[in-house]
Amino acid sequence: MIDPISVFLLLLSASTPILFAALGELVVERAGVLNLGVEGMMIAGALAGFAAAYASGNPFLGFLVAALAGATISMLFALLTQVFLANQVASGLALTLFGLGLAAMFGKPFEGVRAPPMPMGPLRINWIVWLGLAMVPAIWWFLNRSRAGLILRGVGENHDAAHALGYGVRATRAAAVAFGGAMAGIGGAFISIATVLQWTEGMTAGAGWIALAIVVFSRWTAPGVLAGAWLFGGVTVLQLRLQAAGVDVPVQLLSMAPYLATILVLVLISARQKFSRHAGGAAPGSLGINFHALR
Amino acid sequence: MIQLVPRQGVSNGWQIATPLLAVLATMVAGGILFAIIGYDPVAAIRTIFWDPLFGPAASYSRPQLLVKAAPLILIASGLAVGFRAGIWNIGAEGQYIIGGITGAAVALALYPLEAWWLFPVMVLAGLAGGWAWGMIPALLRNWFGASEILVSLMLVYVAQRIAAWMAFGPMRNPEGMGFPGSRNLQQYPSAANPELLTGTGAHWGVVAAALAVLATWFLMSRHIRGFHLRAAGIAPRAARFAGVNPQTLVAFCLGLSGALAGAAGLFEVSGPAGQVTAQLGVGYGFTAIIVAFLGRLHPVGILLAGLLLALTYIGGELAQLTMALPAATVQVFQGMLLFFLLGFDLLTRFQIRRSIAA
Repeated sequence: MIDPISVFLLLLSASTPILFAALGELVVERAGVLNLGVEGMMIAGALAGFAAAYASGNPFLGFLVAALAGATISMLFALLTQVFLANQVASGLALTLFGLGLAAMFGKPFEGVRAPPMPMGPLRINWIVWLGLAMVPAIWWFLNRSRAGLILRGVGENHDAAHALGYGVRATRAAAVAFGGAMAGIGGAFISIATVLQWTEGMTAGAGWIALAIVVFSRWTAPGVLAGAWLFGGVTVLQLRLQAAGVDVPVQLLSMAPYLATILVLVLISARQKFSRHAGGAAPGSLGINFHALR
Repeated sequence: MIQLVPRQGVSNGWQIATPLLAVLATMVAGGILFAIIGYDPVAAIRTIFWDPLFGPAASYSRPQLLVKAAPLILIASGLAVGFRAGIWNIGAEGQYIIGGITGAAVALALYPLEAWWLFPVMVLAGLAGGWAWGMIPALLRNWFGASEILVSLMLVYVAQRIAAWMAFGPMRNPEGMGFPGSRNLQQYPSAANPELLTGTGAHWGVVAAALAVLATWFLMSRHIRGFHLRAAGIAPRAARFAGVNPQTLVAFCLGLSGALAGAAGLFEVSGPAGQVTAQLGVGYGFTAIIVAFLGRLHPVGILLAGLLLALTYIGGELAQLTMALPAATVQVFQGMLLFFLLGFDLLTRFQIRRSIAA
């Protein structure tokens, strides 16, 4: 018999890395920037966080370092796209490739060692899971109820208008990218410190890309991101349960499920936006377009 | 104050100069990185960029240049066509894997038949497999508006798992004593993709890469479809008013780049790799993206960029052997190269002027 509470706890744990990364990317995209480097920032956070937790014995210090590492590496992307006005798609890809390489290069000494144990929070749920859940209303409030969030959305919807009103388009965007990097770093570190408990090369296994898809699925809202992350977590847990139950399907095919589910969800939500006239929740108006003020 | 003034057009001089600048900057930054992690920077750079061509072991490593460059150039030629039109196929790695599997499937199904037509049919199957895998994101974008970037990327992970499944399941060598992996196609004369001229490393994939460079050059600069693609990339709305159907372009670009990536996979599986394994995808599909950008999305540039990145692979392996440099160094190098290129690209589109404070 499958105990529903334990399944839900597993779901929470499986969805947390994606939740952090997707919430971060949500803020980035609402500022009008498409950062495809989520995977690279996650793996950087996974390694830096793991290394710090292992060296200090304190997992929370690990998460802090992971956030810093993610934010630092994201500044490369901000520099390229905001200062050098480089193509955002290409720059994001470069960030992912660079992050994966860098982590593989510096990660060798940390292979085969275990992360320090993570103290449990209330209800025997990891503190970082709680933090992730708390970030959902916090980011919703920031985007929809705070003045800074209004400016950020303005920059994302129409950067020329925001600039004309005197708001710093590039500074806002750079700050959003840094926040996205920190969140992706925490998400990556959750995989290495709290789930797998060790470091392996390429351990994020596409989680960053799934997070990007979930931002589309959420129709650029924080509650939507939570729903997407839980959906993904549910598919992952189901797939693992089926593997454990010894279903007569090859393991390699079962493990495709999260990726296929992501494609399916992406198709459904895109179709809804394409065919429904008042679906709302479209992408930010200036998403992926660089800003250059002539004067 | 320093000010950026947009140029009227793209500067041709800087178009050629920026990739060279980016390579130089990568060498300098790479050297600094090596010094930080405790290696002699000059020796490391020389081992990666010089020794594979002119060093003591060059006679072994030189043929490897074509072996590594062929898949990169083949894939990048197709990708560049799409990138020109603003259609982002990021999943060439998946199309490469599927092309390798479908191509190998023909040979494994007909084993031990010996016939002259077997290898050409395998090539067709590889092209078709890659094409079909590329058409999935194309159709999902055309029908439902789903992002081809994310769908093609997700399909890489799916393809990797199909490769693992094939290697452990349906395609496992019945005479392989239970080890995962298919029969070795190098030992199956009709299906093998051998070195055509001894000592050059040139196999059929190299021939195909050369043809792809010529064909994409013709397409992009002499054919109306190429003109449409470039127009759609520069001014999508204008292109649509001129009667260019964006859906046709999406299907064409993803199909073409998928097919070329699939062919690259087939040449690899039947040649240097020899068999279908779980590790069929070795990252050529991602590195080819860097090749396409470094080559300025131009066929001739891609040819040169493909050779350069092939050099970093071989040099990286050499440095791993002789200097115990970490294997991931190459990946870091390639990522840095793309960073510098994108940064320096500013010079092709903007002039840097000192503005007089008004």
